[in-house]
Amino acid sequence: MPHASPRIELRTSPHVQSGRTVEQIMRNVVLALLPICAFSVWQFGLSVAALILTVTAACLATERFFNWMSGEPGTLSDWSATITGLLLALTLPPSFPLWMGAVAGFAAIALGKALFGGLGYNVFNPALVGRAFVQAAFPVSISTWVPAYVPGRFSEFIPTSFGVPLMLPPDLGRWVSQHMVDGYTGATPLARWKFENQVAGAEELLAGMATASVGETSALLILACGLYLAVRRFLDWRIPAAVLGSALLLALVFHLVDPGRYPPPYFVLLSGGLVLGAVFMATDTATSPVTPRGVWIYGAVIGTVTVMIRYFGGLTEGVMYAILLGNALTPLIDQYTQPRVFGAPRRKAPEGKA
Amino acid sequence: MALPGKAPPSTLDEFLEGLWRQNPVFVMVLGMCPALAVTVSAVNALAMGLATAFVLVSSALLVSLIRKMVPKEVRIATYIVIIATFVTVVDYLIAAISLELYEALGAFIQLIVVNCLILGRAEAHASKHPPLPAVTNALGMGLGFAIGLFALGSVREIFGAGKLFGVSLFGPDFQPWVVMVLPPGGFFVLGAWLLLFSWWRSRKVTRSPLPVGEG
Repeated sequence: MPHASPRIELRTSPHVQSGRTVEQIMRNVVLALLPICAFSVWQFGLSVAALILTVTAACLATERFFNWMSGEPGTLSDWSATITGLLLALTLPPSFPLWMGAVAGFAAIALGKALFGGLGYNVFNPALVGRAFVQAAFPVSISTWVPAYVPGRFSEFIPTSFGVPLMLPPDLGRWVSQHMVDGYTGATPLARWKFENQVAGAEELLAGMATASVGETSALLILACGLYLAVRRFLDWRIPAAVLGSALLLALVFHLVDPGRYPPPYFVLLSGGLVLGAVFMATDTATSPVTPRGVWIYGAVIGTVTVMIRYFGGLTEGVMYAILLGNALTPLIDQYTQPRVFGAPRRKAPEGKA
Repeated sequence: MALPGKAPPSTLDEFLEGLWRQNPVFVMVLGMCPALAVTVSAVNALAMGLATAFVLVSSALLVSLIRKMVPKEVRIATYIVIIATFVTVVDYLIAAISLELYEALGAFIQLIVVNCLILGRAEAHASKHPPLPAVTNALGMGLGFAIGLFALGSVREIFGAGKLFGVSLFGPDFQPWVVMVLPPGGFFVLGAWLLLFSWWRSRKVTRSPLPVGEG
């Protein structure tokens, strides 16, 4: 039976394709993450290199395991598990024991991704699911910090890195006091602000001098990498803009109301993981809204909740939970921000009444 | 093997149904409230499982005995009264045996009354069968429930405290996984078991030489 020309193909949307593959996008995100990883290795030394490798390897192994379990073809080559691993490692403290990192990597892929059906079906950002899991499982280790730029960082590991699996990590007190740098408090800038009301200076934060998670120290570098992705249209610039903008605005309002109690806006922006989260985690295409209006709402929710948790919550850092909350709201936001169908009459939608 | 006529189903089959094929926790996913809430340790889980099994078996016997006397309209109320009676017995029994355990299980002992597994068995099985099969079936279900709870409780205790039945497995330096004794841990472990069993079943299906239907 000869085909009539022109052939009509019947299929559901999408009909217009960008010509980009998932693999291409993911590869570029990995590329953009590499400078951040390199910077953090330079800052914290061998331990961080080992941590990044371990977490990523755990993610890839878990992905491979679930491929085997479900009998699906391998999805390792789409780089998404690599991204999850790198991002997850960047959110962990440098002294995090490697075996806990492996647990985090497993939890990220298993709970965050594989159980939902794999890439594109996950409701929450897998890296953050992994981090939330280890935060709940090992609350002490994940809030133990070490100073950056320790002299011997390229010749020796932080003692906790090779903690025996399943066992309590060794005490870091002696190691820190051997290597120290005066006036080290063992607290992140956020914790110092929250509990001691000390606001770190902008230049200190910008230079990555702060004690913090592996990859959240250099806001400038993260923004530069994000800019590369945004310019090449690999991420939606509206999301970081909305997250950072709403956080800044809210911080500014609080600061103007009570400058003694609330830090200046730059501090909210540069301390903690806000920039990393805004650029690399909130922008995950599977877990963020698709409509332009929805994206602004989503970003604003994340920025607002972050500031609220930091200022009024029990935790020092709120980016992770804010993004997870934003992820959870995504289907709802998408539903309520559907654009009007072209040509359809404008009407007050009564369908949402409870 | 089935004989022609009115041969009752094999007793062993009745027993195994609850233990494995229709396991209340892993297959029917019934009684999730105690399964998630009190399985923080193996002892708690086992005690809860056995208490539930006791109530299940006793009420199955009684429901089965009076199955012809109870009018259809009030049967549920009757079952609930019977179940509540045995729950009260268990409640006092546990309090008498170990006050510590009693406090750990808390309201969940009384809540056995509303465990859908027990009422479900009474309604679906005991009220339609003579005492022996009813009790056998209830025993299988009860043990299946206890095993299910124990499977949850032991994993959570091993990860959450490094112990099993209070005996330390890894020495004093164990790093507890705090999340495992929190509510999310219950869901994670239950999910992991469910995943394991359904994966195992699906493997068995694909490997068996039986023809698989087109579809």
